[in-house]
Amino acid sequence: MLIRVTEAPISGDEAARAVASPAAGAINVFLGVVRNTNLGRAVSHLVYDAYPSMAEKEMRAIAEEAKARFGLEDCAILHRTGRLEVGETSLVVAVSCGHRRESYEAGLWVVNEVKKRVPVWKKEVWADGEEWIEGPESLGMQQAPASMQR
Amino acid sequence: MRAMGTVTVLLFASLAERAGTRRLEVPVGAGATVGDVRDRVIERFPQLAPAVPTLMYALDEEYAREDAPVAPGSTLALIPPVSGG
Repeated sequence: MLIRVTEAPISGDEAARAVASPAAGAINVFLGVVRNTNLGRAVSHLVYDAYPSMAEKEMRAIAEEAKARFGLEDCAILHRTGRLEVGETSLVVAVSCGHRRESYEAGLWVVNEVKKRVPVWKKEVWADGEEWIEGPESLGMQQAPASMQR
Repeated sequence: MRAMGTVTVLLFASLAERAGTRRLEVPVGAGATVGDVRDRVIERFPQLAPAVPTLMYALDEEYAREDAPVAPGSTLALIPPVSGG
C-alpha cells in the first residue's frame, strides 16, 4: 500500500504502478487538481497544511478499510502539501480490483473519506485576500478579503 | 490542581496562524481531560476561542473526545474542520 503526505509533486502514474496486480482487471486513478475558481472567485493558488504523521495513519486506515469493503487488490493514496498552483495535483487515489464497477465505487468512497477525516487543510489565496477553508462554520473567524471588508 | 508534567499541543492552519506558533507545552495535573488542556490553550491564545465550537481533537494521533483523559507526555492536536483533497 503506497501512502504518502509530501511537499514534492505526486503522480498518478506512480500510484497506478504501485497498485498493479496480476489479479486486477481494473485500475482506477483519481487526480484532485487545483481549480482556478471557487464560489465564483478567481483562485491564485492554494496552500495546504497537514498533520503529516496522523494524516498518513488515517490514509492507511482508509485504504485498509477500502480493501476489505470493496475486495480491492490494492489501494494507494498520496496527498501533497505546501503551495500548489492552478492545475497541479493535490490528491492521488489509485485502486486495483477485479472489475470496473467496484473500482469506480471504491475510488469515490476513498476520496470522500479522505476529505472527511484526514487532517489536511487548504488555504485559498485570491488576488485580494486569503482564507483557510475549515468548513462553513468557520467563515466568520477568517480574515475577510479586502473586497469584503467594510 | 498541581501540575504533574506537560502535554505537547499542536496547532494547524488558521489556529497556527492566529496563535503565531504550531506547538506549545501545557502543564497538566492529575485527572486532566482534552477539554481542560484546550481551555488552557484558549487562556493563552484568546484569539482562538471562536474556533472552539467546530474543533476536533487528536490524542497521540487518534481522534479523541473532549472528556478523554490526558496523561503527561502525550501530544494533543487541535483539529479544525478538515479540507483536504
